[in-house]
Amino acid sequence: MSTAMIHHIEDPHPVTGITNSKLGIWLFLASEVMLFGALFSTYIILRVGSESWPHGWTLLNVPLATLNTMVLITSSVTMVMAWASLMMNRIGRYRLFMGLTILLSFVFLVIKYFEYSHKFHHGHFPSTNTFYAIYFTLTGLHGLHVLGGIIVNTYFLLPGSRLWKTNPKQFTGRVECAGLYWHFVDLVWIFLFPTLYLL
Amino acid sequence: MSHEGVFDIRKHVRIYITVFVALAALTIVTVAVSYLHLAKVSALLVALFIATVKGTLVACYFMHLISEKKLIFTVLIFTALFFLALILLPIFTDVEMIRSPHVP
Repeated sequence: MSTAMIHHIEDPHPVTGITNSKLGIWLFLASEVMLFGALFSTYIILRVGSESWPHGWTLLNVPLATLNTMVLITSSVTMVMAWASLMMNRIGRYRLFMGLTILLSFVFLVIKYFEYSHKFHHGHFPSTNTFYAIYFTLTGLHGLHVLGGIIVNTYFLLPGSRLWKTNPKQFTGRVECAGLYWHFVDLVWIFLFPTLYLL
Repeated sequence: MSHEGVFDIRKHVRIYITVFVALAALTIVTVAVSYLHLAKVSALLVALFIATVKGTLVACYFMHLISEKKLIFTVLIFTALFFLALILLPIFTDVEMIRSPHVP
Protein backbone atom coordinates (compact mmCIF):
# COMPACT_ATOMS: atom_id res chain seq x y z
CA MET A 1 0.00 0.00 0.00
CA SER A 2 2.71 2.45 1.01
CA THR A 3 4.61 2.00 -2.28
CA ALA A 4 1.51 3.00 -4.25
CA MET A 5 1.06 6.18 -2.22
CA ILE A 6 1.02 9.60 -3.84
CA HIS A 7 3.66 11.71 -2.17
CA HIS A 8 3.37 15.24 -0.78
CA ILE A 9 -0.39 15.23 -0.24
CA GLU A 10 -0.20 16.48 3.34
CA ASP A 11 3.12 18.36 3.41
CA PRO A 12 4.12 20.83 0.68
CA HIS A 13 6.42 19.57 -2.07
CA PRO A 14 9.94 20.97 -1.44
CA VAL A 15 10.19 22.32 -5.00
CA THR A 16 6.72 23.79 -5.55
CA GLY A 17 5.98 24.82 -1.95
CA ILE A 18 2.43 23.43 -2.23
CA THR A 19 0.89 19.99 -1.83
CA ASN A 20 0.46 17.88 -4.97
CA SER A 21 -3.26 17.73 -4.15
CA LYS A 22 -3.55 21.50 -4.34
CA LEU A 23 -1.57 21.68 -7.59
CA GLY A 24 -3.83 18.93 -8.97
CA ILE A 25 -7.07 20.72 -8.10
CA TRP A 26 -5.78 24.01 -9.60
CA LEU A 27 -4.86 22.24 -12.85
CA PHE A 28 -8.34 20.72 -12.89
CA LEU A 29 -9.86 24.18 -12.34
CA ALA A 30 -7.73 25.49 -15.23
CA SER A 31 -9.37 22.87 -17.48
CA GLU A 32 -12.76 23.92 -16.12
CA VAL A 33 -12.02 27.54 -17.10
CA MET A 34 -11.46 26.26 -20.65
CA LEU A 35 -14.73 24.29 -20.59
CA PHE A 36 -16.85 27.24 -19.46
CA GLY A 37 -14.69 29.65 -21.53
CA ALA A 38 -15.61 27.77 -24.71
CA LEU A 39 -19.30 28.08 -23.84
CA PHE A 40 -19.01 31.80 -22.97
CA SER A 41 -17.25 32.22 -26.31
CA THR A 42 -20.14 30.39 -27.99
CA TYR A 43 -22.57 32.74 -26.23
CA ILE A 44 -20.71 35.79 -27.57
CA ILE A 45 -20.61 34.51 -31.17
CA LEU A 46 -24.30 33.52 -31.06
CA ARG A 47 -25.38 36.85 -29.59
CA VAL A 48 -23.21 39.06 -31.83
CA GLY A 49 -24.15 37.01 -34.90
CA SER A 50 -27.91 37.05 -34.36
CA GLU A 51 -30.15 39.74 -35.83
CA SER A 52 -32.02 40.21 -32.57
CA TRP A 53 -31.38 38.98 -29.04
CA PRO A 54 -33.79 39.31 -26.11
CA HIS A 55 -32.79 40.99 -22.85
CA GLY A 56 -32.45 38.21 -20.27
CA TRP A 57 -34.74 40.04 -17.83
CA THR A 58 -37.65 39.97 -20.29
CA LEU A 59 -37.68 36.15 -20.37
CA LEU A 60 -36.10 35.02 -17.09
CA ASN A 61 -37.00 35.48 -13.43
CA VAL A 62 -34.44 38.00 -12.08
CA PRO A 63 -35.65 38.06 -8.41
CA LEU A 64 -35.44 34.26 -8.20
CA ALA A 65 -31.96 34.26 -9.80
CA THR A 66 -30.85 37.04 -7.40
CA LEU A 67 -32.02 34.89 -4.49
CA ASN A 68 -30.06 31.97 -5.97
CA THR A 69 -26.95 34.16 -6.26
CA MET A 70 -27.27 35.03 -2.56
CA VAL A 71 -27.72 31.34 -1.71
CA LEU A 72 -24.57 30.36 -3.62
CA ILE A 73 -22.50 33.20 -2.15
CA THR A 74 -23.64 32.16 1.35
CA SER A 75 -22.68 28.54 0.60
CA SER A 76 -19.19 29.72 -0.39
CA VAL A 77 -18.83 31.42 3.01
CA THR A 78 -20.05 28.35 4.89
CA MET A 79 -17.61 26.22 2.86
CA VAL A 80 -14.62 28.38 3.75
CA MET A 81 -15.84 28.46 7.38
CA ALA A 82 -15.91 24.63 7.35
CA TRP A 83 -12.25 24.61 6.34
CA ALA A 84 -11.40 27.34 8.90
CA SER A 85 -13.11 25.24 11.60
CA LEU A 86 -10.79 22.32 10.80
CA MET A 87 -7.82 24.69 10.99
CA MET A 88 -9.04 25.59 14.50
CA ASN A 89 -9.40 21.87 15.39
CA ARG A 90 -13.15 22.18 15.80
CA ILE A 91 -14.65 19.16 14.05
CA GLY A 92 -18.17 19.81 15.41
CA ARG A 93 -18.21 23.29 13.89
CA TYR A 94 -16.83 21.81 10.65
CA ARG A 95 -19.79 19.39 10.47
CA LEU A 96 -22.22 22.26 11.05
CA PHE A 97 -20.76 24.46 8.29
CA MET A 98 -20.30 21.57 5.83
CA GLY A 99 -23.90 20.50 6.49
CA LEU A 100 -25.06 24.09 5.84
CA THR A 101 -23.04 24.20 2.60
CA ILE A 102 -24.75 21.02 1.35
CA LEU A 103 -28.17 22.31 2.44
CA LEU A 104 -27.63 25.61 0.58
CA SER A 105 -26.46 23.70 -2.51
CA PHE A 106 -29.77 21.80 -2.48
CA VAL A 107 -31.68 25.08 -2.04
CA PHE A 108 -29.88 26.39 -5.15
CA LEU A 109 -30.89 23.32 -7.16
CA VAL A 110 -34.50 23.44 -5.91
CA ILE A 111 -34.80 27.11 -6.98
CA LYS A 112 -33.27 26.17 -10.33
CA TYR A 113 -35.80 23.33 -10.62
CA PHE A 114 -38.67 25.82 -10.15
CA GLU A 115 -37.13 28.11 -12.80
CA TYR A 116 -36.74 25.23 -15.27
CA SER A 117 -40.21 23.74 -14.64
CA HIS A 118 -41.78 27.20 -15.11
CA LYS A 119 -40.03 27.47 -18.48
CA PHE A 120 -41.03 23.94 -19.53
CA HIS A 121 -44.62 24.59 -18.40
CA HIS A 122 -44.78 27.57 -20.78
CA GLY A 123 -43.30 25.53 -23.63
CA HIS A 124 -39.80 27.02 -23.51
CA PHE A 125 -37.21 24.33 -24.24
CA PRO A 126 -33.57 24.37 -25.43
CA SER A 127 -34.96 23.80 -28.94
CA THR A 128 -37.27 26.85 -28.73
CA ASN A 129 -34.65 29.38 -29.83
CA THR A 130 -30.92 30.19 -29.63
CA PHE A 131 -31.32 32.15 -26.39
CA TYR A 132 -32.92 29.24 -24.55
CA ALA A 133 -30.42 26.80 -26.12
CA ILE A 134 -27.42 28.63 -24.63
CA TYR A 135 -29.32 29.44 -21.40
CA PHE A 136 -30.15 25.80 -20.72
CA THR A 137 -26.67 24.61 -21.77
CA LEU A 138 -24.80 27.05 -19.52
CA THR A 139 -27.08 26.80 -16.48
CA GLY A 140 -27.47 23.02 -16.97
CA LEU A 141 -23.72 22.45 -17.01
CA HIS A 142 -23.35 24.72 -13.97
CA GLY A 143 -26.14 22.79 -12.23
CA LEU A 144 -24.28 19.52 -12.88
CA HIS A 145 -21.22 21.09 -11.22
CA VAL A 146 -23.36 21.99 -8.18
CA LEU A 147 -24.54 18.36 -8.06
CA GLY A 148 -20.90 17.19 -8.26
CA GLY A 149 -20.04 19.52 -5.36
CA ILE A 150 -22.92 18.09 -3.28
CA ILE A 151 -21.62 14.52 -3.83
CA VAL A 152 -18.02 15.42 -2.89
CA ASN A 153 -19.05 17.54 0.12
CA THR A 154 -21.45 14.86 1.39
CA TYR A 155 -18.60 12.36 1.19
CA PHE A 156 -16.39 14.68 3.27
CA LEU A 157 -19.21 15.26 5.76
CA LEU A 158 -19.97 11.57 6.31
CA PRO A 159 -17.62 8.64 5.43
CA GLY A 160 -14.68 10.81 4.32
CA SER A 161 -14.49 12.57 7.68
CA ARG A 162 -13.15 9.38 9.30
CA LEU A 163 -9.74 10.51 8.04
CA TRP A 164 -9.85 13.36 10.58
CA LYS A 165 -9.15 10.83 13.38
CA THR A 166 -6.11 9.27 11.70
CA ASN A 167 -4.69 12.14 9.62
CA PRO A 168 -6.25 15.55 10.36
CA LYS A 169 -3.71 17.41 8.21
CA GLN A 170 -4.52 15.42 5.08
CA PHE A 171 -8.25 15.70 5.76
CA THR A 172 -7.98 19.50 6.11
CA GLY A 173 -6.09 19.58 2.79
CA ARG A 174 -8.83 17.53 1.12
CA VAL A 175 -11.53 19.87 2.41
CA GLU A 176 -9.48 22.85 1.18
CA CYS A 177 -9.38 21.28 -2.33
CA ALA A 178 -13.14 20.60 -2.23
CA GLY A 179 -13.54 24.24 -1.18
CA LEU A 180 -11.46 25.49 -4.11
CA TYR A 181 -13.77 23.58 -6.46
CA TRP A 182 -16.86 24.92 -4.71
CA HIS A 183 -15.67 28.55 -4.87
CA PHE A 184 -14.97 28.06 -8.57
CA VAL A 185 -18.60 26.93 -9.07
CA ASP A 186 -19.65 30.12 -7.25
CA LEU A 187 -17.29 32.18 -9.43
CA VAL A 188 -18.79 30.77 -12.64
CA TRP A 189 -22.29 31.70 -11.42
CA ILE A 190 -21.08 35.25 -10.61
CA PHE A 191 -20.42 35.68 -14.36
CA LEU A 192 -23.37 33.58 -15.59
CA PHE A 193 -25.94 35.58 -13.61
CA PRO A 194 -25.38 39.02 -15.23
CA THR A 195 -24.61 37.50 -18.65
CA LEU A 196 -27.86 35.54 -18.93
CA TYR A 197 -30.30 37.42 -16.70
CA LEU A 198 -29.28 41.08 -16.62
CA LEU A 199 -27.95 41.91 -20.10
CA MET B 1 -2.46 27.44 3.51
CA SER B 2 -2.38 24.58 6.02
CA HIS B 3 1.25 25.34 6.86
CA GLU B 4 0.17 28.76 8.08
CA GLY B 5 -1.12 27.41 11.40
CA VAL B 6 -4.06 28.25 13.57
CA PHE B 7 -2.87 31.60 14.95
CA ASP B 8 -4.46 33.95 12.44
CA ILE B 9 -7.46 31.88 11.32
CA ARG B 10 -9.76 33.97 13.50
CA LYS B 11 -8.58 37.06 11.60
CA HIS B 12 -9.32 35.19 8.35
CA VAL B 13 -12.88 34.46 9.53
CA ARG B 14 -13.51 38.19 10.01
CA ILE B 15 -12.24 38.80 6.46
CA TYR B 16 -14.57 36.07 5.10
CA ILE B 17 -17.57 37.79 6.70
CA THR B 18 -16.51 41.17 5.27
CA VAL B 19 -16.09 39.64 1.79
CA PHE B 20 -19.53 38.00 2.09
CA VAL B 21 -21.15 41.36 2.91
CA ALA B 22 -19.32 42.97 -0.04
CA LEU B 23 -20.46 40.19 -2.40
CA ALA B 24 -24.08 40.49 -1.25
CA ALA B 25 -23.98 44.31 -1.61
CA LEU B 26 -22.45 44.07 -5.11
CA THR B 27 -25.15 41.57 -6.15
CA ILE B 28 -27.83 44.05 -5.08
CA VAL B 29 -26.00 46.88 -6.93
CA THR B 30 -25.70 44.89 -10.19
CA VAL B 31 -29.43 43.94 -10.08
CA ALA B 32 -30.42 47.55 -9.22
CA VAL B 33 -28.35 48.89 -12.14
CA SER B 34 -30.03 46.41 -14.51
CA TYR B 35 -33.43 47.98 -13.66
CA LEU B 36 -32.11 51.34 -14.94
CA HIS B 37 -32.10 49.81 -18.47
CA LEU B 38 -28.85 51.51 -19.48
CA ALA B 39 -27.62 51.58 -23.08
CA LYS B 40 -26.23 48.24 -24.33
CA VAL B 41 -22.50 49.08 -23.99
CA SER B 42 -22.83 50.87 -20.60
CA ALA B 43 -24.95 48.02 -19.20
CA LEU B 44 -22.38 45.47 -20.40
CA LEU B 45 -19.43 47.40 -18.96
CA VAL B 46 -21.09 47.97 -15.57
CA ALA B 47 -22.26 44.33 -15.27
CA LEU B 48 -18.87 42.94 -16.28
CA PHE B 49 -17.00 45.33 -13.98
CA ILE B 50 -19.12 44.35 -10.95
CA ALA B 51 -18.85 40.63 -11.82
CA THR B 52 -15.06 40.96 -12.15
CA VAL B 53 -14.80 42.67 -8.75
CA LYS B 54 -16.96 39.93 -7.18
CA GLY B 55 -14.94 37.20 -8.91
CA THR B 56 -11.67 38.75 -7.75
CA LEU B 57 -12.95 38.86 -4.15
CA VAL B 58 -13.89 35.16 -4.29
CA ALA B 59 -10.58 34.14 -5.88
CA CYS B 60 -8.38 36.28 -3.61
CA TYR B 61 -10.02 35.59 -0.26
CA PHE B 62 -12.13 32.39 -0.43
CA MET B 63 -9.64 30.64 -2.73
CA HIS B 64 -6.69 32.22 -0.85
CA LEU B 65 -5.00 33.48 -4.03
CA ILE B 66 -3.83 36.54 -2.11
CA SER B 67 -1.36 34.38 -0.19
CA GLU B 68 -0.75 31.63 -2.74
CA LYS B 69 2.53 30.22 -4.07
CA LYS B 70 4.14 31.28 -7.37
CA LEU B 71 3.41 28.00 -9.18
CA ILE B 72 -0.35 28.52 -8.90
CA PHE B 73 0.02 31.95 -10.53
CA THR B 74 2.09 30.42 -13.34
CA VAL B 75 -0.75 27.95 -14.00
CA LEU B 76 -3.26 30.80 -13.86
CA ILE B 77 -1.31 33.05 -16.27
CA PHE B 78 -1.41 30.30 -18.92
CA THR B 79 -5.10 29.70 -18.14
CA ALA B 80 -5.85 33.41 -18.54
CA LEU B 81 -3.97 33.58 -21.88
CA PHE B 82 -5.83 30.61 -23.34
CA PHE B 83 -9.13 31.90 -21.95
CA LEU B 84 -8.50 35.26 -23.59
CA ALA B 85 -7.78 33.52 -26.90
CA LEU B 86 -11.06 31.57 -26.56
CA ILE B 87 -13.01 34.78 -26.00
CA LEU B 88 -11.20 36.92 -28.60
CA LEU B 89 -11.17 34.40 -31.48
CA PRO B 90 -14.91 34.64 -32.21
CA ILE B 91 -14.78 38.43 -31.87
CA PHE B 92 -11.98 38.60 -34.49
CA THR B 93 -13.98 36.27 -36.72
CA ASP B 94 -16.91 38.63 -36.41
CA VAL B 95 -14.76 41.65 -37.35
CA GLU B 96 -13.68 39.74 -40.46
CA MET B 97 -17.34 39.09 -41.31
CA ILE B 98 -18.13 42.80 -40.99
CA ARG B 99 -15.22 43.69 -43.33
CA SER B 100 -16.30 41.26 -46.02
CA PRO B 101 -20.04 40.72 -45.64
CA HIS B 102 -21.61 37.92 -47.64
CA VAL B 103 -24.85 39.83 -48.05
CA PRO B 104 -24.89 41.49 -51.50
